[in-house]
Amino acid sequence: MYRFNYHRPTSLEEAEQRLDAGEDALFLAGGQTLIPTLNLRLASPSDLIDLAGIDGLSGIDVADEMVRVGAMTRHAEVAASADVQASLPVLADLAGQIGDAQVRNRGTLGGSVANSDPAADYPAAVVALDATVHTTRRTIPGAEFFLSLFETALQPGEIITAVEFRVPKRAAYQKFPNPASRYAVVGVLVAEFDDGVRVGITGAAACAYRSDDLETALNASLAPDAVDAVDIDYDRFNSDLHASAEYRANLVRVMARRAVEALLREG
Amino acid sequence: MNVEFTVNGTAHTLDVEPNTLLVDVLRSTLGLTGTHVGCDTSQCGACTVHLEGRAVKSCAVLACQVDGGTITTIEGIGTVDDLHPMQEAFRECHALQCGFCTPGMIMSAIDLVERGEAGDEGSVRAGLEGNICRCTGYHNIVRAVLHAAQRM
Ligand SMILES: Cc1cc2nc3c(=O)[nH]c(=O)nc-3n(C[C@H](O)[C@H](O)[C@H](O)COP(=O)(O)OP(=O)(O)OC[C@H]3O[C@@H](n4cnc5c(N)ncnc54)[C@H](O)[C@@H]3O)c2cc1C
Ligand code: FES
Ligand code: FES
Repeated sequence: MYRFNYHRPTSLEEAEQRLDAGEDALFLAGGQTLIPTLNLRLASPSDLIDLAGIDGLSGIDVADEMVRVGAMTRHAEVAASADVQASLPVLADLAGQIGDAQVRNRGTLGGSVANSDPAADYPAAVVALDATVHTTRRTIPGAEFFLSLFETALQPGEIITAVEFRVPKRAAYQKFPNPASRYAVVGVLVAEFDDGVRVGITGAAACAYRSDDLETALNASLAPDAVDAVDIDYDRFNSDLHASAEYRANLVRVMARRAVEALLREG
Repeated sequence: MNVEFTVNGTAHTLDVEPNTLLVDVLRSTLGLTGTHVGCDTSQCGACTVHLEGRAVKSCAVLACQVDGGTITTIEGIGTVDDLHPMQEAFRECHALQCGFCTPGMIMSAIDLVERGEAGDEGSVRAGLEGNICRCTGYHNIVRAVLHAAQRM
């Protein structure tokens, strides 16, 4: 690992100042992406600004058809939260499928969302559950947050403080995990709201996105068969050693079908 | 920079470089070599220890992040004469061959049982996804964890 300076500020203002002052500084949350990256010498920040010392960034609030999760809330806390299980079970289920137990004990929502890994799970929920990303500077609609591979709407130095998810009538997440890493080769979250169906897809393209085609089909008929009729456009899908673009297109169809089946089982 | 933490009940104040991993402090500075390093990608789980009672991969935690923290390693759970029920179960069920993955397996398994998530074979297999064994084929490991869950 290259050398860097380490800071643990106790306020968001101080964290932003530290970041500005550093030549090439990075925020540190659970470290489950960043520390392995540093280990492999794939990054060489001048400073790490640890967000763990700032009060108020962690925790879960359920109110008014909304579930708000603080940026530093660990995946394991979301998975085990009785409040989330009761109000937004799809989110607890998704969080419990991230990586493995040790990763879930450290990794955070904010870190996962800020990273915009194309194969990460939370981004599917951010786009499909009509989320709002709260930062130190503004609020960003979930569907506009992910821009591309490891690229988000965040400006340099902007810190995610929480993500607010809208509670649907019912929803389900289905993922085809990579057998080694458990990252999503493809993950599909289907959510039914009073004002229509939203479909979030992760793993398939450069970043998570809403599928207009699947939403149109499922708004016409919320049934597994409706998925089969959709021609999945895989022009811009990822092709790598884990799966070809064509195979990912098929996985989108299969996972979407399974998600609709699971959602209908909810009643 | 100075960090203070407790390892297996003993308080330490150490001067560490910011780019030092927790696993390196445990092994090289404190001589606790029961915690192993099996990969450089944070995937094998051989380095698993407890931080505030929860299983974490000590190769994916910086020493300075645990300032003020409480850590338990494989050396802190039992002695040769008085094994932890999980160690005893691994011995009885022949849940190891070379033993390289065993400290990490045991630390993960204890956390799993303490969280009440070791109820059946499926949940034990899912709960140990973060630990890779190259020898045993997992069968006896799962048996040992289910066995220990009865006695813990
Ligand atoms: C073996 C393994 C398996 C995994 N499997 C999965 C999986 O199946 N699915 C999945 O989704 N993920 C998986 N992950 C990744 C894991 O979920 C990470 O925890 C997550 O991607 C990053 O969160 P973190 O808190 O660890 O962030 P860090 O690693 O600390 O930070 C990641 C990035 O986000 C930035 N950042 C962090 N917090 C903020 C914030 N609040 N505001 C602005 N920027 C911020 C950091 O500067 C950094 O660039 C896996 C990781 C490992 C090691
Ligand atoms: S050494 Fe392999 S996960 Fe830590
Ligand atoms: S016993 Fe050899 S790696 Fe598990």
